[in-house]
Amino acid sequence: MTSNTKIELVCPAGSLPALKTAVDHGADCVYLGFKDATNARNFTGLNFDAKAMTEGVRYAHDRKRKVLVALNTYPQAGNWSGWTAAVDRAADLGIDAIIVADPGLMAYAQKKHPQLRLHLSVQGSATTYEAINFYAERFGVQRAVLPRVLSLPQVQHVIANTQVEIEVFGFGGLCVMVEGRCALSAYATGESPNCNGACSPGKHVRWEQTPKGMETRLNGILIDRFDDGERAGYPTLCKGRFDVNGETYYAIEEPTSLNTLELLPDLARAGVRAIKIEGRQRSPAYVAQVTRVWREAIDRVMRDADSFAVQPAWIAELDKVSEGRSHTLGAYYRPWK
Amino acid sequence: MKIALGPLLYYWSRQETLDFYAQIAQSPADIVYLGETVCSRRHELRADDWLEVAAMLKAAGKEAVLSAQSLIESESDLKALRRIVAQDEFRVEANDMSAVQLLSKAGRRDWIAGPTLNIFNPQTLSMLAEAGATRWMAPPEMSGAVLAELLASGAPAIETEVLAWGRLPLAHSARCFTARHFNLQKDTCEFRCLGMKDGLVLRTREGEPFLTLNGVQTQSARVHNLLGDLPQLRDTAQVLRVSPQGDDTVRVLELFRDAIAGKLSPQDAFGQSKALMVEAPCNGFWHGRPGVEQYVSA
Repeated sequence: MTSNTKIELVCPAGSLPALKTAVDHGADCVYLGFKDATNARNFTGLNFDAKAMTEGVRYAHDRKRKVLVALNTYPQAGNWSGWTAAVDRAADLGIDAIIVADPGLMAYAQKKHPQLRLHLSVQGSATTYEAINFYAERFGVQRAVLPRVLSLPQVQHVIANTQVEIEVFGFGGLCVMVEGRCALSAYATGESPNCNGACSPGKHVRWEQTPKGMETRLNGILIDRFDDGERAGYPTLCKGRFDVNGETYYAIEEPTSLNTLELLPDLARAGVRAIKIEGRQRSPAYVAQVTRVWREAIDRVMRDADSFAVQPAWIAELDKVSEGRSHTLGAYYRPWK
Repeated sequence: MKIALGPLLYYWSRQETLDFYAQIAQSPADIVYLGETVCSRRHELRADDWLEVAAMLKAAGKEAVLSAQSLIESESDLKALRRIVAQDEFRVEANDMSAVQLLSKAGRRDWIAGPTLNIFNPQTLSMLAEAGATRWMAPPEMSGAVLAELLASGAPAIETEVLAWGRLPLAHSARCFTARHFNLQKDTCEFRCLGMKDGLVLRTREGEPFLTLNGVQTQSARVHNLLGDLPQLRDTAQVLRVSPQGDDTVRVLELFRDAIAGKLSPQDAFGQSKALMVEAPCNGFWHGRPGVEQYVSA
């Protein structure tokens, strides 16, 4: 693989305005979901009904961009038909691929819509080429999104050992746990990314000003407490401050965003085929800012990876929309582990 | 109904581990899952040691199963997995699709689909059964009602196993939270989790035990305890899994044996188990509620 392999920029769209913004600012692909639990960003006020999706697909396709539909939660016997109907609806709308995690649903899609392109969702937890090749051989999966757990050399090793296109996360909210294998939210609230498409859902959140400070709770469980001078963040439960052996700190992870801009030349040389931007729950303004920066960065790398340098202005722009106004390389950088 | 002992999720010294399994040989467990499933850096017991423990348990009349690692990141992780798959004396528990791929390619028709494979519907379960799985474990977050519905909706006739005792395995990460607690990186972790017999408790800032840090794994602080739910379990599961804990694991297995045999009522078994728990009980997942809850049906 050489750096001439085109890298697609895959941007989030939680709404029709966000989709148009992503397309206008240079996204090659937008990914989105229906207004229900069939996708992993099942938040109130977010996502697409049939009418919005039809218009979104037309808008993107008129401009030669692709639309990917996330159907990446795990259906159960009692609600199975809701997921297969969503696959049918997506196929009928003429979208370019579905992003799927559940093997049963992949089998359905392969049989019913053999022409429909399948992407393995990050929620499928495939971290090795053996796992990815399993999905490719069984269901014809053509692209896999890697969980945010591998170091850069490990990503390179996966790519070297599979024919499946590899997509990695470039920017946005950081899952510290292997995606698809985290039941922390289910444990605290009964709602999980796997089954409900939600992590630390808003309806379980309580903000409370107390004499000790601003307290944030998830289903009654204290996730963090902020002094007057501190900026109180959303209580995502792996990013709270807890007490371990008498020491209070961010025991799992700080509120921070993933940003891999500086790895872009290495990812290009490794043969990464697509970079995913997280954030379907974010505003069109976020989508605009992040898409613009990444479009410019990817174009530069495609022109000449060797002379690529991260522009300070890019980082400044991205930090403005980062969680906790800070960023990390996450697991790509070994010492993070 | 069979009783299984899940893989040891904590990192104990070699001698403590060997002593533990010597006791297990005399316990009521019918099935014993063995091996390091959490972290590839842990090495008090090597692959050959685990095979010896498996042989010892087999000689004691147990079904010994080799459990494969849950999060596989490197080629050396895959090498360890290939070795487990290559032996054919013991069945293998697949905890990642990498293992499913290797087992099915090797033509194995006797493996166990483990709890991290995300089997949520009969279609996925059928696919794995066709690939050679002859037992599966439901994801711990799955409720009894959803499990019953899955089994009644055209599921293949393979054994179903349910986690019935132990701190809930909630998440895996590339990051080691035990090393982080000591301001160390994973690659130079000094094996600080060694000897933490029940892991490292994480509390809220109000002092409430919430989670357990176990290296790269995060568990609940509370003990998932389904002894009181045995009547409903009988309708769905053929195998109940007990997850090893620092003390009294054999006593827990005995309680399950007595409760399954009807020598103890579920209520009495649950009552007696309170003295054996390292933390308060919970069973919310089984009842379709937040896992942290202790739900008592009216």
